[in-house]
Amino acid sequence: MKIFVNGEPKQVNDSCSVQDLLAEMNITGQRLAVEVNEEIVSKSRHEDYSFNDGDKVEIVHAIGGG
Amino acid sequence: MQDDQLIIADKAYNSRLLVGTGKYKDLDETREAIEASGAEIVTVAIRRTNIGQNPDEPNLLDVISPDKYTILPNTAGCYTAKDAVRTCQLARELLNGHDLVKLEVLGDQKTLYPNMVDTIEAAEILIKDGFKVMVYTSDDPIIAKRLEEMGCVAVMPLAGLIGSGLGICNPHNIRLIKENATVPILVDAGVGTASDAAIAMEIGCDAVLMNTAIAGAKKPVLMASAMKKAIEAGREAYLAGRMPKKAYASASSPIDGTFF
Repeated sequence: MKIFVNGEPKQVNDSCSVQDLLAEMNITGQRLAVEVNEEIVSKSRHEDYSFNDGDKVEIVHAIGGG
Repeated sequence: MQDDQLIIADKAYNSRLLVGTGKYKDLDETREAIEASGAEIVTVAIRRTNIGQNPDEPNLLDVISPDKYTILPNTAGCYTAKDAVRTCQLARELLNGHDLVKLEVLGDQKTLYPNMVDTIEAAEILIKDGFKVMVYTSDDPIIAKRLEEMGCVAVMPLAGLIGSGLGICNPHNIRLIKENATVPILVDAGVGTASDAAIAMEIGCDAVLMNTAIAGAKKPVLMASAMKKAIEAGREAYLAGRMPKKAYASASSPIDGTFF
């Protein structure tokens, strides 16, 4: 199925969880936050939360700013 | 001056200088400048993971550790209440429940002037949701008081446009805001050099938040050190109480005992 990660389309398998996606992107364990369709998916739910086709995923972190 | 602490949301700070982390050459310079500034509260922006960083570069929060600094996520770049609220919620998740945020909702790209209608709307939602809101505002004393009454933990009027370095453009309004306030008043934006920071503190502001004045200096680390001193000097001058201004001279040396 296709999901959108930070605005970019991405093919993932049907059982892909937030944790799987972060592992594939090689960002597991980093300080970040995830939302799916504008709803926060808290860290405690990363393992169990599986995507649906067309989900819009945002993965954010802190960068320099005033 | 150990007993003269800045209290924000029930937490005490020794430094009255808050700094941003944007516009530095690299993370080393960011770290050195922030250390030189003596700041304890440090702002960050929230962005997509693939923006603003090389994959190999360490994460900003590895350099500016939340164990050492109070991290103040901002809502920079938000033009609507909805986007600002969403950004704060992501920041709270990112920082494991840390709920102190800098709310700014911008009005237009040319001035980055705050949109106060949406700022108030966002502040209401965030406060209800348990956030401790430090709010960027126009220098309107009535709006500033309203934000305090709503429950914002600090009110932060601009002294000049963001990134402009124009200095304290309307000290009279900043003074009016401070006079009416019971929460900390911070000048946020406008400071260009050390004397501007000192003036903000001499007016009676509780602290100053700046980014470009340090990061945009030719030698940012040295300017960070200058700002630290200016904030301290301005605060001490405020507490000392300046002499009244006079139209004519008043000799410092006694007239009595002259031998000529």
